[in-house]
Amino acid sequence: METHQDYTGSKIGMWLFLLSEILLFGGLFLLYSSYRYKNPLDFHLAAWELNRVLGTINTLILITSSLFMALSIFSIQKGNRKLSILFLLGTIFLGLLFLSVKYVEWTAKIEHGLYPNSPRLLGRSKGEVLFFGLYYSMTGLHGLHVLVGISILSVMLVLMIKGKINQNRFVPLENSGLYWHLVDIIWIFLFPLFYLIT
Amino acid sequence: MTKNGVLEGTHPIASFYQHQGKYRGIFAWILSTDHKRIGLLYFSLILLFFSVAVFFGFLMRLKLIAPGFNLMKPQMYNSIFTLHGIIMIFLVVIPAIPTIFGNFFLPIQIGARDVAFPRINLLSWWLYISGATIVFLSLFTGGGPIDTGWTFYAPYSLRTTVNVPLAVFGVFVLGMSSILTGVNLVTTTHRLRAPGMTWFRLPLFVWGIYATAWVQILATPVIGITLVLIMIERYFGVGVFDPAKGGDPILYQHLFWIYSHPAVYIIILPAMGVISEVIPVFARKRIFGYKAIAFSSIAIASVGSLVWGHHMFVSGQSDLANLIFSLLTFLVAVPSAVKVFNWVATLYKGSIELKPPLLFALTFIFLFSIGGLTGLIQGALAVNMHLHDTYWVVGHFHYIIFGGMGFGFLAAIHYWFPKMFGKMYNWKRAAWGWLILFIGFNVLYFPMLILGWEGMPRRYYDYPPQFHTLHLISTIGSWILIAGLILIFYNLFQALRKGPRAEDNPWGGATLEWQIPSPPPTENFENIPTVEKGPYEFQ
Repeated sequence: METHQDYTGSKIGMWLFLLSEILLFGGLFLLYSSYRYKNPLDFHLAAWELNRVLGTINTLILITSSLFMALSIFSIQKGNRKLSILFLLGTIFLGLLFLSVKYVEWTAKIEHGLYPNSPRLLGRSKGEVLFFGLYYSMTGLHGLHVLVGISILSVMLVLMIKGKINQNRFVPLENSGLYWHLVDIIWIFLFPLFYLIT
Repeated sequence: MTKNGVLEGTHPIASFYQHQGKYRGIFAWILSTDHKRIGLLYFSLILLFFSVAVFFGFLMRLKLIAPGFNLMKPQMYNSIFTLHGIIMIFLVVIPAIPTIFGNFFLPIQIGARDVAFPRINLLSWWLYISGATIVFLSLFTGGGPIDTGWTFYAPYSLRTTVNVPLAVFGVFVLGMSSILTGVNLVTTTHRLRAPGMTWFRLPLFVWGIYATAWVQILATPVIGITLVLIMIERYFGVGVFDPAKGGDPILYQHLFWIYSHPAVYIIILPAMGVISEVIPVFARKRIFGYKAIAFSSIAIASVGSLVWGHHMFVSGQSDLANLIFSLLTFLVAVPSAVKVFNWVATLYKGSIELKPPLLFALTFIFLFSIGGLTGLIQGALAVNMHLHDTYWVVGHFHYIIFGGMGFGFLAAIHYWFPKMFGKMYNWKRAAWGWLILFIGFNVLYFPMLILGWEGMPRRYYDYPPQFHTLHLISTIGSWILIAGLILIFYNLFQALRKGPRAEDNPWGGATLEWQIPSPPPTENFENIPTVEKGPYEFQ
């Protein structure tokens, strides 16, 4: 079989896939808006309990990681492989840092007895139960996507070190970058919905 | 000797069956990225799952042969109708035409050597077989076979003790497979059309698959997240669908039907594409209203994505929502009717050759019309109150899914069989099989419409004696139908074993797949053809 490289085709495929990812989260955003509309006061009160400092730090971390991602792609297109690898490492590191902060945040909540099905949470109003149910589901699913993103980027790192991704063949890195930006953008929506709107 | 770069089958050419790849034996199939081999891989699995699900359907009908007949325990009955639904919907009718015939023929019909992402295509198949395996594993692990009905409605699916999480995880994996197939087929249609293959020279089958692939990409993720939430609910009890914790089961129904109604169009659009191929070829006439049919596929795909609420008229959603969903339901009938009128107009004054593929295609039009019109009846709000969750609905959707998609699928098999396998089947036996199936189908499903109208609820384990006669007729119908299926597939297997060699173009089709040898060579075309005319311009 002859191999063919279709740059535009690969891009179309990736964007279609990202579209399906957006709709996956779309279902959750639908639930969020519906329950928020039904329980505005409970959502308002529950949101006060989230740690806005950690949330802001995590937002900065992810945005910076997206910048590094873009710089990594830019560098490989310019033929600077070393710099590209360095930026990619930076992206992966920031991704891990994001997950660590998330871990600290979740642990603190769980230690306070605020986790799904906990007696303390079930003792609260139904709107707050839903808020934390959605909080754990949505940030959890997002965290899972960050983890998948990190794994994909690690594979890209190996391919780059092996020289299989280079100045002439960088579509896989570009598409992984698109995925990373998508994960970033989803967080950009999650952050205000859970931490800021009170 | 070539014409337009297309090889004429005068000298023998190695078919893709003889291709010597990297792997041998079964690995030459399950690791192949050839779209034709992948199509046949799906074919074998789908036929297997189809026979399993038919068997479950047979058991259900047998149980209902008489009131009080004690063939199985109620719990067993619940599992069997659930499995019949899950296997038929998610493993058979949703994937069947796009993965088998879409994979095999879409690239050939647009003049390409393969799909846009051959390796992702293979990954889709692996996800498909993994998802199927997980669903079957769920029957024997955890609390045993799932009993929720194929809709997994909350809160029952959160409470029942059977193995719900594994089963819905299997369906989730099947969804990923479906999304990737959609991505592949959309990209292929956009990027790999041969020179001269403009959008309005695309065979209508390609239009049907293209519209379907979009629905697969856009709707499937929504059921994906819904199933994930069922799993999260069961393991962690977050409460988003649990009324005891403030969750709203009606929202579950919304999310479920946002996918599962468009899934009906994933099921029917490819079959409509098949019919649009078969009718002009056997009427020897250019199709009537090409653009109307092409655009009606897109219209069905888009409007069809906005009618899900008609499954929920009695759920307690708002009256305004009911009104809007009912209106949209009536609207979606328009593009479907456009297709039916165009097919009939194509037949008008054509020189009709009544060969097996056309028999199935004509039956499609008849049965689909009954299915569509009964759908409109139950789409009216007042009537729906009476018909909701009765056998009427069961009758209606079998007329659409089996009468429509099923007969479309059989039309596709009989139309493309000689191209796929290079063998011809016995036409007479195929026609007998068709006749028996057609009779069995109506004897099986028409009584259901009457039963439902008289008030027989669906999914019930038993019924009062006044429904006996119609249930008995329906069960007898199931035996006739199965006899028809057996004859049809026996005929095809006989053809595989010792059928005569098929010509390259036995039906005189004008689309590209009929211009290459049967079965096609590994890369379909020696040189990529240049297309100079439309798909239905017969000499």
